Amino acid sequence: MKVRFWGTRGSIPVSITATDIRAKLIAALIASRDRAFHHRDDIEAFIDGLGFDVAGSFGGHSSCVQLITGHPEHVILDLGSGARPLGQAMLDHFGPGVPQTYHVFMSHLHWDHIMGFPFFAPVYIPGNRVVIHSCHRDVERAFRRQQAEPSFPVRFDQLAAEVRFEVHAPDTDINVAGMTARARLQQHSGDSYGWAFTAHGKRVVYATDSEHDVGNVQQRAEVIEFFRDADLVIFDAMYSLAESVSVKADWGHSSNVIGVELCQAAKVRQLMLFHHEPAHDDTRIAGILAETRRYEEISREDQPLEVFAAYDGLVHPL
Amino acid sequence: MQIIESPALSAPNGKSARVIVVSGRIDQSTADLFDKALKPFLDTCRNGEAPLIIDFSGVDYISSVGLRVLMLASRQVKSQSGRIAIAALTPVVAEVFQISRFNLVFQVFATPDAAAAALSV
Repeated sequence: MKVRFWGTRGSIPVSITATDIRAKLIAALIASRDRAFHHRDDIEAFIDGLGFDVAGSFGGHSSCVQLITGHPEHVILDLGSGARPLGQAMLDHFGPGVPQTYHVFMSHLHWDHIMGFPFFAPVYIPGNRVVIHSCHRDVERAFRRQQAEPSFPVRFDQLAAEVRFEVHAPDTDINVAGMTARARLQQHSGDSYGWAFTAHGKRVVYATDSEHDVGNVQQRAEVIEFFRDADLVIFDAMYSLAESVSVKADWGHSSNVIGVELCQAAKVRQLMLFHHEPAHDDTRIAGILAETRRYEEISREDQPLEVFAAYDGLVHPL
Repeated sequence: MQIIESPALSAPNGKSARVIVVSGRIDQSTADLFDKALKPFLDTCRNGEAPLIIDFSGVDYISSVGLRVLMLASRQVKSQSGRIAIAALTPVVAEVFQISRFNLVFQVFATPDAAAAALSV
C-alpha cells in the first residue's frame, strides 16, 4: 500500500509567495559558495543535500489524501483543494474514456475538506462513479449547498458522473475497494470522524481535525485503541501543545507532542504530521518536524516511532 | 515523583519566596500525584502571600499531562492574583518546554534565586 498526499494544509489553502522563493534562492546560493558544478548530476546532488524547506516546499492545498492499494477502485480521504490536482492526474493517467470509481471517505464537512469537489474533474466525465462515504447525515446537503447559486456556476445536478452518498455508523467495519474501513467519532466542532483502513496486512489511520483532551483518560484510552499497532497514523498536528491547551483549546485540533505520545502508547510504527497551520512557512514546518523527532527520542520507552511531515505530492510507501 | 518544600528564599529586597522541589518523572502514571501534591501550595499562593517557585532540578521528564497540571496551576494562581514561576529545568525538560512551547506560557528561570529575585520585586 502507498499513501499519496495531495493536500496537507489545515483550514485554508495557502500559496508560496515570491518572498518565500527569494529566501530559498538566497539560502541555496549561500550554501553553494565555493562549490563547482560541472554536470547536472552535481547540481542534483547539491540540491538533495539542502534541507527540504530550502529545496522543496510542504505545499498549500487543503486536505486530500489517496490510498493506493492496487485495487481498480480508487480511495480518497477528504476533498480539500488537493482534489483538483488529484482529479487532473487521474484524467491524465486513465483518460476520459475509461470510467473509474472513486470512493471518498470524509472526516467531516467543513469547507476546507469539501472545497476541492467542484474542481475534481472526474465528476464532469460521464461514466465515472463517485461514492462519498461519511458519518454525517447531512453530507449530501453540504456538497449540494457549495455548488448552489450564488456560490458556484455549475450546479450539483449538472455533474455528469454518478455521485452517490453513503452514510455509515461509526465503530462498524465496512468493506470497500478491497479494504476494511472503520470510523471513530472525534472531538471537533460539528463532529469529525477518524478512519482506520486495513488492506494487504497494513493498517492506516487518518485522524485529522481532532482535538485530544489531555486530561480525559477515557478518551485517551479509546484513541490508543483506535490507533493500536497501525503502520501509519496521519495526525492533525496543527498547533503546539501549549496553544492546544490554552488560547486554542476547543478549536478542534491537536499537536505534535500529543501525536507522539498517543502513537507511542498505541505502538504505532509511523506518525505523519498533517493539517499544517496555514500561518507556518516551510522553515517553521521543517523545524516542527525536527522537534517532533527529538520529542519522540526523549519520550521513547519502547520501539522507535518514525516521524514524518506530510507535503503535497508526497508518495509514502508502507 | 515527589514534592518537598525547601527553606524559603530571600530576595535581595528582603521579601521571601516559597520554594518546592519536584523530583522524578511526571507522566501519565504520576501526573495525578503531582496535581494533588501541588494543590496545597497553590491554595496559599495568593495576593499578598509569598510567591511560589517550583524547582524542577530533579525532574527527569514531563509529558503533556504533567504540563497540563502546570497550566492549570498557573491559571489558579493567576485567578488568586498570586505569583508563580518554574526554575532550574534540566536540559531534557527544557527541551520539552521548548518543543511544546510551554516556555512561552510560563516564567522559567535558570535558578530558584533568580526566580525569587524576579518574583519578589
